[in-house]
Amino acid sequence: MTLLDARGLAKTYPGERRIRALDDVSLSIAAGETLGLIGPSGCGKSTLARVLARLATPDAGSVRLDGLDWLALSGAGLRHARRRLQMVFQDPAAAFHPRATAGGAVADALRIHRLVPRRDRPEAAAALLRQVGLSPDLARRPVATLSGGQRQRVAIARAIAPRPRLLVLDEAVSALDASVRARVLDLLVRLQAELGLAYLFIGHDLAVVRAVSHRIAVMDAGQIIETGPAEALLSDPGSPLLRRLIAAVPALHRKDPPV
Amino acid sequence: MIRELLRRPEALLGGLLLLLIAGAALLAPVLSPGDPLAIAGRPLVRPFTDPAFPLGTDGLGRDLLAGVIHGVRTSAAIGLAAALVAVLAGMLVGTAAGFAGGLVDEALMRVVDAFQIVPGFLLALAFVSVTGPSLAVVAIAIALGAWTGPARLSRSRVLALREADFVAAARVMGMHPAEIALRQVMPLALPPVLAVTAVIVAGAILTESALSFLGLGDPNAVTWGGMIAEGRNQLRSAAYLSIIPGIALVLTVISIYLVGEALTDVLAGKRQS
Amino acid sequence: MTSLATCDRLTVRYPGAARPALADLTLALHAGEKLAVVGESGSGKSTLARALAGLLPVGTALSGAIRWSGPPPRPGRDIGTVFQDPGASLDPLLTVGAHLVEGLRAPLPLGRAEARARAAALLARVHIPDPERALAAWPHQFSGGQAQRIAIALAIAAGPHLLVADEATSALDVLVQAEIVALLRELCRDAGMTLLFITHDIALAGTLADRVAVLHDARLVEIGPAARLLAAPREPYTRALLAAQLDLASPRLVGTRP
Repeated sequence: MTLLDARGLAKTYPGERRIRALDDVSLSIAAGETLGLIGPSGCGKSTLARVLARLATPDAGSVRLDGLDWLALSGAGLRHARRRLQMVFQDPAAAFHPRATAGGAVADALRIHRLVPRRDRPEAAAALLRQVGLSPDLARRPVATLSGGQRQRVAIARAIAPRPRLLVLDEAVSALDASVRARVLDLLVRLQAELGLAYLFIGHDLAVVRAVSHRIAVMDAGQIIETGPAEALLSDPGSPLLRRLIAAVPALHRKDPPV
Repeated sequence: MIRELLRRPEALLGGLLLLLIAGAALLAPVLSPGDPLAIAGRPLVRPFTDPAFPLGTDGLGRDLLAGVIHGVRTSAAIGLAAALVAVLAGMLVGTAAGFAGGLVDEALMRVVDAFQIVPGFLLALAFVSVTGPSLAVVAIAIALGAWTGPARLSRSRVLALREADFVAAARVMGMHPAEIALRQVMPLALPPVLAVTAVIVAGAILTESALSFLGLGDPNAVTWGGMIAEGRNQLRSAAYLSIIPGIALVLTVISIYLVGEALTDVLAGKRQS
Repeated sequence: MTSLATCDRLTVRYPGAARPALADLTLALHAGEKLAVVGESGSGKSTLARALAGLLPVGTALSGAIRWSGPPPRPGRDIGTVFQDPGASLDPLLTVGAHLVEGLRAPLPLGRAEARARAAALLARVHIPDPERALAAWPHQFSGGQAQRIAIALAIAAGPHLLVADEATSALDVLVQAEIVALLRELCRDAGMTLLFITHDIALAGTLADRVAVLHDARLVEIGPAARLLAAPREPYTRALLAAQLDLASPRLVGTRP
């Protein structure tokens, strides 16, 4: 079942260079599916994320999300509908209010969408922290005092709090150390199975995108140049860009496969 | 932050003076009970000659020390009230302008320009002469000329913060724009505004004195400006009548400036680190 | 193989820090080699880079020793440094040419015209297209990868023996990262320069370096030839680091369909 269907998205940034960040982009994501989106920096993948998250307005195009005409929503209607699509940002330090606490950030999401009565909120926030593998004892800690991996887990807890259907993960694991990243990827895969979430997984590291995506879309200069099932696409890349991206992944030549 | 402030000699000096002044304001009814405007003894007792009137008396026989001590209360009340009104109004306008952007921003900032072009003192003068003097009116009159600084400062902070990821995150979460502006962004615009608040307080005290000097202060309150104005008639024969409240005024304003400057430095250093 | 520098039981503690940033580190840097120092955040790898480049902040407590085989290096001349953010080495108010001319004339007795000619040659060496025009351009007119090339040109302007690259490719996308790595390899080969390459990416370290040193919690865990260390790590921590690294042969975490 198609959860998100975007057609003909276009966006040009004004200015002397008039960069076409999105040039007739169409994509669809099924419920419970991960679509990986890869491309060099400046290819427009972050603009696409911002347009889908209704943080930027496209010049043209349409988006249907969970049966809604997503781009036509505005005001209170949009705020209410936003619970269907949540986003996790690249820099977990910048994505929280400087004075936010872990529990407070999650509780805010619950409050806004009135999902649990006020007195049950701390308990529900603690449960969400537990769900992303954090101790509920961290609830009172300022997010700024947590490690990068813990912060990103809080960001994920905050994102799943309103029970969304789709998470846009914009380079969400790119700033993490490899060992932390591996555990956050495991968490994302587990949450997908538990909650039936769909992901738009944006990354620049093909090895990471390949590991978690059912399908992969390759983006260059504002256009999606090829899309396909992850394994099939990588074993038979159609574009020179994808071939270069594949070649740029250092091979580890392991003797024995990792556990 | 307080420890950092105490390490600066100018802040320490200013702070001690301020403590003294604040103590005088708080303890005024104890230190010099009774009406400071009442006649207390012989007129024109010179300072440091009569232990009953350490700072002497004025032409009507009113105790100068009592006047100075009670004058602190007026100055502090007006200074703080005017600064509070100016900061609150300025931050609300600045935050609204920075956050809304576009036409709202343009319109609000032209209003700020208009207020900034007219000298604050003239604004206060015009406002008080139209509405009549009372402490509340004087405070608002002074704030009219002082809110533009906080407005500009908070707008520029909000403009920078508006693009931050945490604001985007709050929007995606579905938070109401008013909540984002007032609860998330405005508190972060507070530190630079707080740093100039001291200057606003000091300026407000000066403006209030100037208004009183011109006879536009609250006639029922003792004010330093009023004392200086009354002393003016006997400037040749009894200069101390103007000099003593003048010194009180200068010390107060300088001590507030010193603390304010140090606070600005400390806050600026904090932002850099 | 002659060593360029030796760290002997080097311990570094930043002012006010509870734990040392580097503890008891003994390590030799061979002349002409490419040594990668790998570790996660907080491992002390950047501290090692700063200690060798003489860039530790004032007030840092240092024990042990760094011994140089020749005369002690002159800062800004014998050691070049490149950081993660090229903006840190490039002043937005100076043209690229002004940076390079100043970088050349500070350590070397050069006339203005001569320095300018050398600056253009440096830009050509780091493969900036149209060096003459680039000299007159401003840092913000270049992409992240181009700016990093300019930062590298600036770092090698005085002809250093040692180039320290501290996460110099981490902020770049993988394609540009591969280009910068190729450039570093080429510069070291042509100039006989020693490279200290600080990175969190053990796979990338393996593609570039002759030897790899793994740091963890301020200590040296393992050091060895790159091929051996990646293929047959001896220490459990190195194995864990490699296991967390993904490549195109790693098992996928999801099925083919949702």
